[in-house]
Amino acid sequence: MLSPAILIPAILNGLLIGAIYALVALGLTLIYGVLHIINFAHGALLSAALFAAFFAFRLFGLDPYVAVFLLAPLFFVLGYGLQRFIIGPASHSDERNMLLVTLGIAVIIENVLLYAFRADTRTIDVPYAFQTIDIGATFLAVSRVVGFVAAFAVALALWLIMTFTDIGRAIRAVAKEKLGAELSGIDVAHVYAVTFGLGTACVAIAACLLIPTYYVNPTVGDAFVLVAFTIVVLGGMGSVPGALTGALLIGVAESLSGLFLGESLGQIGIFLIFIVVLLVRPSGLFGARA
Amino acid sequence: MKALIQTAGVLAVLAAVPLVVHSNVTLNFLVVALMIALAGQGWNILGGYGGQYSFGHAAFFGTGAHVTAILQVRYGINAWVGFAAGIAAGAALGAVLGALTFRSGLRGSYFALVTLAFAEVLRIIASVAPITGAGVGTLIKLDLGIRTLQFQSRAAFYWIILALVGASLVTAQLIERSRFGVWLIAVRENEDAAKALGVNANGVKLAAMVISAAMTAAAGCFYVQYFLFVDSGIAYGTWISIQALLTPIIGGVGTVFGPLLGALVVKSLGEAAKLLAGDAPGLDLIIYGAVLVAVIWFMPRGLIGGFAQARKLVMRRPAASSTAEASHG
Repeated sequence: MLSPAILIPAILNGLLIGAIYALVALGLTLIYGVLHIINFAHGALLSAALFAAFFAFRLFGLDPYVAVFLLAPLFFVLGYGLQRFIIGPASHSDERNMLLVTLGIAVIIENVLLYAFRADTRTIDVPYAFQTIDIGATFLAVSRVVGFVAAFAVALALWLIMTFTDIGRAIRAVAKEKLGAELSGIDVAHVYAVTFGLGTACVAIAACLLIPTYYVNPTVGDAFVLVAFTIVVLGGMGSVPGALTGALLIGVAESLSGLFLGESLGQIGIFLIFIVVLLVRPSGLFGARA
Repeated sequence: MKALIQTAGVLAVLAAVPLVVHSNVTLNFLVVALMIALAGQGWNILGGYGGQYSFGHAAFFGTGAHVTAILQVRYGINAWVGFAAGIAAGAALGAVLGALTFRSGLRGSYFALVTLAFAEVLRIIASVAPITGAGVGTLIKLDLGIRTLQFQSRAAFYWIILALVGASLVTAQLIERSRFGVWLIAVRENEDAAKALGVNANGVKLAAMVISAAMTAAAGCFYVQYFLFVDSGIAYGTWISIQALLTPIIGGVGTVFGPLLGALVVKSLGEAAKLLAGDAPGLDLIIYGAVLVAVIWFMPRGLIGGFAQARKLVMRRPAASSTAEASHG
């Protein structure tokens, strides 16, 4: 069982799936880093994005890798609007209320999807779904390699935005010192909404990368988001490099525990990592302070 | 004392309902609403008074339900003993969870996350462990009688759950009036300041969690006696966790009657949705989600807070004019 012929592909596949997790986790950690709340609507938004990618393909024949250029801006606007016009005003800037409002939005989105599309699981057929690349040691699925590259491209883009643009500087300022940022003329409500929009756009990109080889139903996002929570906690809430590293670690851990323990217990493995990290080191591997 | 008499009055009125109402549908509706009110009161003790927002109260509900069912079905233990053991097991789980999380200093988002994760872990374990019937669940054999805590009449169940809700209301009232309650509210308002004044914040939160868990577990124990069936998806489902927090938030978070009022309103809305749109999947939940957001937005202190505010607005005008008259006279 421990032969490298099995282990190496498992590890490589774990890294590839970890990259998709990283995209979901990046959105979550970005929102936490600035707004200091867990966005409980993240999973429902991922389900919604998967449906959007699914229908873009089914109704308009848009390849998910093309649709991403449409859906990412669309979901940015959706996220911006959600934070600016609903979550912000509804929660009266109380952290506990924000948690509840995002939970309420999650319940609404998930059940609107359930009401509109029922609980059926759907998939799309793209010609490259089963194409693989031979890298000598093993075969890798093309779609996963694309996902891996795209995840790092998105992380790089986010880093560029945060480092070199005005809005990036404003976001970092608000994350560090909200009151000070407000005093120097930064529109905090706008920055919050932009951050939420960026996080939601990450989810849309993840959805477009997932849909070629994955399925969609109204609650599909939940499974991903619990993994993403784990990653974000493991990497340190609010830390982007932490989210990337955490995601790759979790991807490999899941792949290996699936190999040794089977599917359902593999899931428990992730939760146990999650709880242990929360209890023992809630600041995560890279986080500064809880 | 006045408040306790008020509570007794409300309970007496509610207790008379089955004498007037004989419709099984209505009684069933009320039984379920009271059960949710009990789970919600549990959440309210920890979340409403203590400010610790749990997103995983299904952990307690599910443990109560499973322990009650398993003790009867697998070990032939008396239903009443099973019921009590279910509550005790829920309280014990609350003590363990509370000790772990509060000692690690988890608050806010972190506390919400860790409670959610615990409920999910229990759900996954229950869905594969043989003792919980794995994927099949546990079915209690129909055997009517006082000894087995199973009744033909809905009224009997109604009075049982009403008694439990009554006990939870009185508990909340006693907490509100006790020194412990003051500590708990102090921790909610500002934990560091409370600590600085010598409040043992972790101890207070832990005690609140144990009481909270016991109440929600009692709702789970009742669930299994009423429906005679439990499985991992029902008992530990996210939906239970959401209902437990929905009812106090809608009714009035941190108030004695908030969960009861919230449960009646939430359940009525759900039924109304079903009447209007048939049994479409998800519709009632869409409404619950929307009501949750709307209440936080426009009535952050829930319906009870909203009523109080409205009364103040209405009372202010006549009160102002009467004082003016008084000064003239």
